[in-house]
Amino acid sequence: MTSLTALTIAAARDGLRKKQFSALELTDAYLAAMEKARVLNAYIVETPEQARAMAKASDAKLAAGQRGALEGIPLGIKDLFATQGVHTQACSHVLHDFKPQYESTVTTNLWRDGAVMLGKLNMDEFAMGSSNETSYYGNVINPWKRKDSNAALVPGGSSGGSAAAVAAHICAAATATDTGGSIRQPAAFTGTVGIKPTYGRCSRWGIVAFASSLDQAGPIARDVRDAAIMLKSMASVDPKDTTSVDMPVPDYEAAIGRPIKGLRVGIPKEYRVDGMPAEIDALWQKGAEWLKAQGAEIVEISLPHTKYALPAYYIVAPAEASSNLARYDGVRYGLRVPGDDIVDMYENSRAAGFGREVQRRILIGTYVLSAGYYDAYYVRAQKVRTLIKQDFDRAWDKVDVVLTPATPSPAFAPGEITDPVQMYLNDIFTVTVNMAGLPGISVPAGLSADGLPLGLQLIGKPFGEETLFQAAAAIEQAAGGYTAPQWW
Amino acid sequence: MSVDQNTVKRVARLARLKVKDEDVPRLAGELNAILGFIEQLNEVDVANVEPLTSVVTMKMKMRQDEVTDGHYPQKIVANAPAQEDDFFMVPKVVE
Repeated sequence: MTSLTALTIAAARDGLRKKQFSALELTDAYLAAMEKARVLNAYIVETPEQARAMAKASDAKLAAGQRGALEGIPLGIKDLFATQGVHTQACSHVLHDFKPQYESTVTTNLWRDGAVMLGKLNMDEFAMGSSNETSYYGNVINPWKRKDSNAALVPGGSSGGSAAAVAAHICAAATATDTGGSIRQPAAFTGTVGIKPTYGRCSRWGIVAFASSLDQAGPIARDVRDAAIMLKSMASVDPKDTTSVDMPVPDYEAAIGRPIKGLRVGIPKEYRVDGMPAEIDALWQKGAEWLKAQGAEIVEISLPHTKYALPAYYIVAPAEASSNLARYDGVRYGLRVPGDDIVDMYENSRAAGFGREVQRRILIGTYVLSAGYYDAYYVRAQKVRTLIKQDFDRAWDKVDVVLTPATPSPAFAPGEITDPVQMYLNDIFTVTVNMAGLPGISVPAGLSADGLPLGLQLIGKPFGEETLFQAAAAIEQAAGGYTAPQWW
Repeated sequence: MSVDQNTVKRVARLARLKVKDEDVPRLAGELNAILGFIEQLNEVDVANVEPLTSVVTMKMKMRQDEVTDGHYPQKIVANAPAQEDDFFMVPKVVE
């Protein structure tokens, strides 16, 4: 038999059902693989005892014929999700020693369906970053390397630990979150599949807040089918999050393999940005050809406000972050650094607890919200958001789904991008989706000249996740899958 | 709009972030670079555009105004850096 960790969720599900192996054997295989892969720094906390206890419980349920949708499937959990009694610190020093007394709704749903927790995954501090270089726990190493090179590369961010762990087969799939591209960009950098669902599809309760009007949870998985299986379990309406949507969660897996004949695929001309590498452009055209060959109709469309999405994002996201992160004051939880008085204590704790990128965004957010600037910045940005959303609303008259590149480049080296604005440009193709609240999926579609994975993004109508899985599966079928050669 | 060093200090104070004097010039430069990037929004005609308040059209949910949770102060203070008798402890704030 092939190695248990090589199995997708769908394959492991079959193996468990046929009793080819037990949930405990599967979990033990992952725990051993995690130990070998520590050089990647994907996990910041491993929870082997909990994992084994959960796997044993799954074996008991499997024996009794009570199989949940993810029964016995070992998962990695991004450090942003509250897990009761287990390290949950958003990879920030400011949450030093924090162990929540409660469980996030998304992880509660996963455990309800029988999934097993392997540990907590590394990420950019408070999900602010595109390279996993801002984590208090150090960089994550991408399992992929350039052809003929030994140099380490970033896995993307902020869900860099999730993407690297899925690509390295040290979890069957992982939870992740996406505020401006934090699921789709690392998925593209690691040859994995990542979907940010429609805003409101997953509950945000128990997820450490970054920018509340943009944050959404979603999975990173090895293929489109596994992403569909994961999202079905993660999504729910939740009385604890009033922005979660009371709509039935469809059987996303059923959308895979549905013919795409007649599907109208939009190609937005504004995504052909200056300086875009030829290989990204070629990949994009190839993706359109693959869909066309399977019967889809390719339609040129225009989304005229695309270029304003990123600057508007860098008002809205820091503004909301500066407000959300005001709670870290050294009083109720986390790091406390003493001071001369209480304000001095707040200032010392926050200065010592937050890293550079987080402090930068708090300062920007505080500035744009400060007296006299609110209308000029935040309100204007929210108006631009309306225009971005209207661009898409008009496009939906002509197309069912939009195809774009996922990222403007393949993975880069740590330290290669030091200018904050240059780093922000990584999210140029993904951030519009958050601004409009739409679902977006990144699917691996090819390799760069250097041998690194490249992804394509499909953007859907609100709650059009099924169409995304259907179209992404069509791309996957044409492109094939990509597995990082194991060097660790 | 450009941020000078005094503005950085004022905003840092508002954000309750202690900033070292030697870091102020660097921060001013970084903030100006980001604000410069944001400036391009001024090209957009936003007259008669409503700010986006909700990305999905849905009615605000209401719930009964009643107590449904609570009575576990030990859990609330469990992660506090300093606590006593189920209270958060802070430096003296009243003379």
